Amino acid sequence: MATDTTAPARAPRERSDRKRRLLTHIGLIAFGLVMLYPLLWMVSSSFKPTSEIFREPGLIPWNFTPENYSEGWTALEYPFHHYLLNSAMVVGGSIVGNLIGCSMAAYAFARLEFRGKRLLFAVMLATIMLPIHVVIVPQYILFAQLDWINTFYPLIVPKLLATDGFFIFLMVQFIRGLPRDLDEAARIDGCGHVRIFLRIILPLSMPALATTAIFTFIWTWNDFFSQLIFLTRPDMYTVPVALRTFVDSSSQTSWGPLFAMSVVALGPVFGFFLAGQRYLVKGIATTGIK
Amino acid sequence: MSALLQRGTRPASPAAPAAGRRRTAARGTGRRKRESLAAYGFLAPWFLGLALITAGPLLASLYFSFTDYNLIGDHEVIGWANYERMLDDARLHSALRVTFVYVFVSVPLQLALALALAMVLDRGVRGLALYRSVYYLPSLLGGSVAIAILWRQVFGAEGLVNQVLALFGVQGPGWVSHPDHALSTLIVLNVWTFGAPMVIFLAGLRQVPAMYYEAAAVDGAGPVHRFVHITLPMLTPIIFFNLVLQIINAFQTFTQAFIVSGGTGGPSDSTLFYTLYLYQEGFGAFHMGYASAMAWLLLMIIGGFTAVNFLASKFWVFYGD
Repeated sequence: MATDTTAPARAPRERSDRKRRLLTHIGLIAFGLVMLYPLLWMVSSSFKPTSEIFREPGLIPWNFTPENYSEGWTALEYPFHHYLLNSAMVVGGSIVGNLIGCSMAAYAFARLEFRGKRLLFAVMLATIMLPIHVVIVPQYILFAQLDWINTFYPLIVPKLLATDGFFIFLMVQFIRGLPRDLDEAARIDGCGHVRIFLRIILPLSMPALATTAIFTFIWTWNDFFSQLIFLTRPDMYTVPVALRTFVDSSSQTSWGPLFAMSVVALGPVFGFFLAGQRYLVKGIATTGIK
Repeated sequence: MSALLQRGTRPASPAAPAAGRRRTAARGTGRRKRESLAAYGFLAPWFLGLALITAGPLLASLYFSFTDYNLIGDHEVIGWANYERMLDDARLHSALRVTFVYVFVSVPLQLALALALAMVLDRGVRGLALYRSVYYLPSLLGGSVAIAILWRQVFGAEGLVNQVLALFGVQGPGWVSHPDHALSTLIVLNVWTFGAPMVIFLAGLRQVPAMYYEAAAVDGAGPVHRFVHITLPMLTPIIFFNLVLQIINAFQTFTQAFIVSGGTGGPSDSTLFYTLYLYQEGFGAFHMGYASAMAWLLLMIIGGFTAVNFLASKFWVFYGD
């Protein structure tokens, strides 16, 4: 606290400071509420009868209707957990694929010397910017010839082949920050590159691997474009594709169940967001991708 | 990114004593060869991906853009016909117009909002982590089908927005079903996901040395002065980075327009984003040749804007040291 001599002089200024801080908080909270209101309203509306969704802008579901969830769960050709399971398989495969493929490539770029390294690294960076729309037609033709349409391979195998350059870049950055003394020591002890990679680099790269896993989860869970193109048979639908058929087939009467299933679809992303916030914010701040 | 630029090559190992030089050199090349082989081994999946998933298909789609191909039967090389068709394809022109309006309205708004909030949060607000998370959440969810469904309701004729307007006695239009308003709802959706660039701005603001502000305060500079002469110039690399990234992202927007318009790009093509039209041509009508030509035009447009961005950056981006 301030001493006696300065207290009277300081008090008014401190008070106006506090007032300004309070105003800032009020502004920030109000803005946050406006931003989140549609989300909160969606969750609340998923418990309202459909007729009220189109009349009631408030957040309290006065006529609590959990039936929306059971109704939505069975509204499509397959029960909703079928689509959740499909999504889980695609996401799980993508995470494993990215962790293996990208970490291997990242080790080579970060630690090994080889001919054409600079050029290949530049090519890798360029592929980060490559829009999927530019390559989707030949990919589709290739996968159709392999008879992979309506399987999960077109969604998972590319990850295993390290085509998500962004994650290679993220891991290269991380591995470059690890001290080299450890690999040098291991090399003197007679370790080969495979063992250095498996025993030293990978265990130390856990934070980068975690960031990769979380981002892969969220992006793949939300991905719509490629799943829409490669999965056209209802039993192979993932959550986003299933939701799309739901919204196309539903009239105004089934918005309650539709909202309920949308909330179910957002749930896992929200969970990962809560669990992995630290990695997410750090990941964005250092690499700049959403 | 900066770590990438700063780290130079490692200094060469000190010269070996003359006597053993030849032997170590021989052993050195052997080791180097082994290291190269190991590197190609580690890169094997990536090489395969390059050939089959990224670079290979990129070249293949250039080839297909000169063909007529509907997936069934053979493709026929037809020269520039697909590109000529583009010249008088009215839907393509309206797709281009819609996409350009979307990119050049939503990205500046989104970045301005991101910067403004980052500046407020950077002034030592308590609970920064919480605010940051709350504002960031929409960026994670914004691209999903579920949020697009929500948008379709919120901006529908009897949606949330009009319910709120009704409380003030205003009768709003059916935003998503009106050709004059449908695109704006998607612009709002993109602005809503300002959290990701905001987090990057916040990280950038941390890098501005406090002594600049102290010196300016001593000279009696006001807040506007400080913003224009210190914050803005110091942030230009981050603004540039966000701008390039968000423009590239915005050009590729698909899900939101697809869901909100039910896959049609309507009403009256007012939400026919470029990628949506590409999807309709390629995977609705199976005009694989035309879709490939469209893909290459998109690549040229995105590449062109990125290049212009980089060239123009010489005149306004300020790299401190």
